[in-house]
Amino acid sequence: MDFVRFENVSLAYQPGSPFAIEDVSLSIRENEFISLVGPSGCGKSTVMKLVTGLKPPSKGYVYVDGREVGGPQKCVGMAFQASNLLPWRTTLQNVMLPMEIVEPYRSTLRARRAEYEEQARALLKRVGLAGFENKFPWELSGGMQQRASICRALIHKPRLLMLDEPFGALDAFTREELWCMVRDLWQEEPFTVVLVTHDLREAVFLADTVYVMSKRPGRILVKREIDLPRPRDLEVTYTEPFAAYVHELREHIGHIRES
Amino acid sequence: MLSQKTLIRLAPWLVILALGILWEAVVVGFQVPEFLFPSLSAVWRSTLTHWDPIMMHATQTFLTTLAGFGIAVVVGLVLGAAVGSSPVIYKALYPLLVGFNSIPKVAFVPVLVVWFGIGTIPAILTAFLISFFPVVVNVATGLATLEPELEDVLRSLGASRLDILKKVGLPRAMPYFFASLKVAITLAFVGSVISETVASNLGIGYLMMAASSSMDMALVFAGLIVIGIMGVVMYELFAFAERRLTGWAHRNPNGAL
Ligand SMILES: Nc1ncnc2c1ncn2[C@@H]1O[C@H](COP(=O)(O)OP(=O)(O)O)[C@@H](O)[C@H]1O
Ligand SMILES: [Mg+2]
Repeated sequence: MDFVRFENVSLAYQPGSPFAIEDVSLSIRENEFISLVGPSGCGKSTVMKLVTGLKPPSKGYVYVDGREVGGPQKCVGMAFQASNLLPWRTTLQNVMLPMEIVEPYRSTLRARRAEYEEQARALLKRVGLAGFENKFPWELSGGMQQRASICRALIHKPRLLMLDEPFGALDAFTREELWCMVRDLWQEEPFTVVLVTHDLREAVFLADTVYVMSKRPGRILVKREIDLPRPRDLEVTYTEPFAAYVHELREHIGHIRES
Repeated sequence: MLSQKTLIRLAPWLVILALGILWEAVVVGFQVPEFLFPSLSAVWRSTLTHWDPIMMHATQTFLTTLAGFGIAVVVGLVLGAAVGSSPVIYKALYPLLVGFNSIPKVAFVPVLVVWFGIGTIPAILTAFLISFFPVVVNVATGLATLEPELEDVLRSLGASRLDILKKVGLPRAMPYFFASLKVAITLAFVGSVISETVASNLGIGYLMMAASSSMDMALVFAGLIVIGIMGVVMYELFAFAERRLTGWAHRNPNGAL
């Protein structure tokens, strides 16, 4: 059974304007890690908005967990290129934000705050932010802010994690560290991940399946399963099969540019 | 040698002191008649002589101003929240608010007198009318600057509009709100004193009007100084509250402000 399913989905932001994405069909298994790649403006973020129910499709159907999406999802985790942490909250308070909104945590927060905070601390420790719980976001480096942002996206144990170019603003070393962080979090307690990126190495390293989108209006050009064994170590990025995947996907992107 | 820090702390007092000395020197040196421009020492003597009435009228002005300011804060918060959280209300109300704000509020005083008679109520209302606009604008601005991505994060958690307002909108608007309080309280003094000078028999504004019609310029200046002192004290109070409550906005180099 597919966890997320798109059937011939098109979306125009305004009625009558050209489609941002057109006739997109895809299916994502529960706990699958998929990656969407494609040129800027091709509609990757638009696909995210459709999955999370923030936009209804103009044509076609979007299903999540067997039900048609009819409005904003109730407990999806999201993280973007900017960490979007609230500057008046400490790291811990920022990570606790979903607990104040998502049920069943919301109604039990008063009684079980200590327990939930312990979970948040444990998660922060997992991503190497032990000791920074009471720091404010501007006291953290860009990479640390992004770690905190991903903790915020995961604290309420969502079944679906949406990552929209979350490592785009980071330097190469920090980015690879965060790849491994996401890989470990996912490996330990699997959830379904949609990762938008324009870094092909990132997509191949992390994902089970990579979708390549065409430029506007966005369509799915290629679906590529990545059969590299897991758990994947950073070393794998220097191997022949890895390079072959990247190369192949690169070719498809190349074709988009020419056409 | 004074340290930089002490110097900064002392600077305003030094300026006031210098200005006082200059004032006294000019008036005494050029023998300016007291009914035109009293010396600082004459103003001080007059203050002591009329201490009780000055305090009585100052208390009246202070309470009037606070009442008008209080209404302005409540109305400003409500209107600002409405304007800042709904594009429709923003479009609908903004031109009206801006137009209203360009009318000199002293022009309302005669209207208010007809409606409410001479006295405290027109002064309170003038203080309110003159000071609510900055609160509206600042609260609306603070609320309206919600990053689309942050909104997506919250909505995909199932947050309602009210949740978003409580968790993000209001905290984000707080620095704007406190900044506007500093401006609004000084404007409120302007409003109440204007109204008192035209239409009241109580308050510092009335006291100054009465003093000037009996050519008691020393008392007029005493009134001016009292208003100034009340304004500075209240401004500093709100500036202090702002620093205490919204420090994050000032320590944060690329934050919300
Ligand atoms: N809120 C919006 N209103 C109107 N058009 C939009 C909006 N968001 C995105 N678009 C348009 O939809 C297309 C796809 O955008 P997006 O999904 O953000 O692309 P990507 O994330 O792949 O860079 C772009 O051409 C963009 O101009
Ligand atoms: Mg995008």
